[in-house]
Amino acid sequence: MTPAPPNLVLVAVIVVMVTVGVYLLLERSLSRVLLGIIALGNGVNLLFLVAGGRAGGAPIIGQTPVDKMSDPLPQAMVLTAIVITLGMTGFLLAVAYRSWQLHGHDEVQDDLEDRAVARRAASDLAAYLDADDDGTDTLDDEAAAVHDDMVHDEKLDGETAHAETAHAGAADDETLHDDPRHDDEAVAQ
Amino acid sequence: MSDLTWVVPLPVVLPLVGAGLTLVRWRNVAAQRVISVAALTLGLLASVTLLLAVGNGPLVVDVGGWAAPVGIDLVADNLSALMLTISSAVTLCVLVYSLAQGVADGDRETPVAIFHPTYLVLCAGVANAFVSGDLFNLYVGFEILLAASYVLLTLGGTGERIRAGTIYVVVSLVSSMVFLLAIGLIYAATGTVNLAQLALRLPELDPTVQLVLHVLLLLAFGIKAAIFPLSAWLPDSYPTAPAPVTAVFAGLLTKVGVYALIRTETLLFPGGRVDDLLLWAALATMLVGILGAVAQKDIKRLVSFTLVSHIGYMVFGIALSSERGLGASVFYVTHHITVQTALFLVVGLMERRGGSTSLDRLGGLAKLAPVLAVLFFIPAMSLAGIPPLSGFLGKTGLLQAGVAVGTPLALTLVAGGVVTSLLTLYAVVKAWNKAFWQAPPAAAPDVRLPRGMVGSAGALVGLSLALTVFAGPLYAYTSNAAAGLRERTPYIEAVLPDGSRGEGESAHVTEAEGGDG
Repeated sequence: MTPAPPNLVLVAVIVVMVTVGVYLLLERSLSRVLLGIIALGNGVNLLFLVAGGRAGGAPIIGQTPVDKMSDPLPQAMVLTAIVITLGMTGFLLAVAYRSWQLHGHDEVQDDLEDRAVARRAASDLAAYLDADDDGTDTLDDEAAAVHDDMVHDEKLDGETAHAETAHAGAADDETLHDDPRHDDEAVAQ
Repeated sequence: MSDLTWVVPLPVVLPLVGAGLTLVRWRNVAAQRVISVAALTLGLLASVTLLLAVGNGPLVVDVGGWAAPVGIDLVADNLSALMLTISSAVTLCVLVYSLAQGVADGDRETPVAIFHPTYLVLCAGVANAFVSGDLFNLYVGFEILLAASYVLLTLGGTGERIRAGTIYVVVSLVSSMVFLLAIGLIYAATGTVNLAQLALRLPELDPTVQLVLHVLLLLAFGIKAAIFPLSAWLPDSYPTAPAPVTAVFAGLLTKVGVYALIRTETLLFPGGRVDDLLLWAALATMLVGILGAVAQKDIKRLVSFTLVSHIGYMVFGIALSSERGLGASVFYVTHHITVQTALFLVVGLMERRGGSTSLDRLGGLAKLAPVLAVLFFIPAMSLAGIPPLSGFLGKTGLLQAGVAVGTPLALTLVAGGVVTSLLTLYAVVKAWNKAFWQAPPAAAPDVRLPRGMVGSAGALVGLSLALTVFAGPLYAYTSNAAAGLRERTPYIEAVLPDGSRGEGESAHVTEAEGGDG
């Protein structure tokens, strides 16, 4: 291949088209994204023309002298790329239309599940809850409750069982969301 | 050269012919089923033949008799043949699964008239990417599989799938544009897109230009392989598709990106100039991916996040730039294709049996469906790397390779790999506890799982167990493949036998004319 300086006009057009394409890609509306893809795709296709070197005659032996031929390979590639981009454009249009049919707009939507995970994280909730968990007890609360039950079982034999249960029950209500150590103190009293 | 070169195009051609036939017979569901299964079975046979035949060196076909650097060539070397075999096996299993699902559901979930041709085109695209010996043909292979995947992902056009499809399509298009840009610039710099000739010409370029081209290719393949920070699209889009579609996407599409990455790092740009960058990316992919998985409460999303995370392991092996690392990485790719696909198929079965994919609403499946529990447990443990399963062997190989390299960064990656493995165990065990052991929050729907679906998922789990049992020979094979990849000359000499042109009609024509491409 002869090293020829690239066609500056083509390079400038490529720069503009790629810039426009990237800018439009950042939009939320799918129609604009589609326009961006088209601009970007055509910018890249033009790049292949630059990559092919100096323009020349048809690359057919006997019609053009070998050193005046233009390089046919990038043109074949560009044709393929154009066809592919056309197909993708058609598909994206269909998706945008379907989105408009379903939602009345064609904006790219947020992922709801993602939002839910983020919300749970922001409000410092556990990602999972067990089925047998009512969602209020921490592990410490549970340990305290088990401890209470054991203490009660021992004391139930005694005569103060009724009063003690009432007392502990009241203490439980008060300290449910509190430091579990208070629970122990209440029982100790 | 062996006489078996005619087999090389078959894994591409058979599914494509099948796609055409199923499209013609779109009214006849039974005929479509027979054609699809036959096409993929023959494709699998062809791939296995290649796997056995490539021992003596890569097989090369100059398509249409056009000699290599100008014409398109298809190359099957050790890596390609292994990828073809495993992908054909996986696509066949997934096809049987979706057929059984179609029979059971009366074809509501998978409108077969479109499903079969699209699925076969997807298989052809994947195979084309694996055997392509030409950068532009690789792009075409990518586009074939992507176009098919767009259709499969938005099957039915429900609101949720359109939402997911939008993101997937736009991100994939951008990555394709970057790839195309890279091809254009590479052609401008070297005047060729033939991989073997590029391997000869790229090292002659100015190092800065090389770096630009290299990074552009990495960017394009990084998006397709879902390497952090280019991975956000994957867990967003995959979980909404029908179970068999998600399974085949998760198993194969990202691996095609990894395959392209391997070719870039070994054939096109050896020397590992961007290894540090890739190692950091691998570490971030592993950790960010698995932390994402831990936070999820939907099992499909959880498994998608583990997929992202485990891509990090493969990149780690590639970026070590050692023969052991590359061999372990190829082994890991093989293991991961099988296990990840199996896991997604089983998750599809869980959704069927338990009526939901939310871990808050699943429960008690161990009692309801003990077979399902076993089918989930094996790939899940393999994914987490519990011995003696194939995941453990793959991870051990990678960690050993990392320690053998021994730089501080490689050792950091080794530690990161262990942590990721542990967190994977945490994530899948949590999913196991919730879905299989907790008291069911609501009564599960009374459905029987179709035998074909369980059978095909079971076949994949069996395949992953076979990878464990035959890990020794497989490891030897992947090490051999890695040695060939790093040596490069077998590939280049197979494509360009006399150092300049491949074999084909045009070689004689051009020699007579005395011209040069």
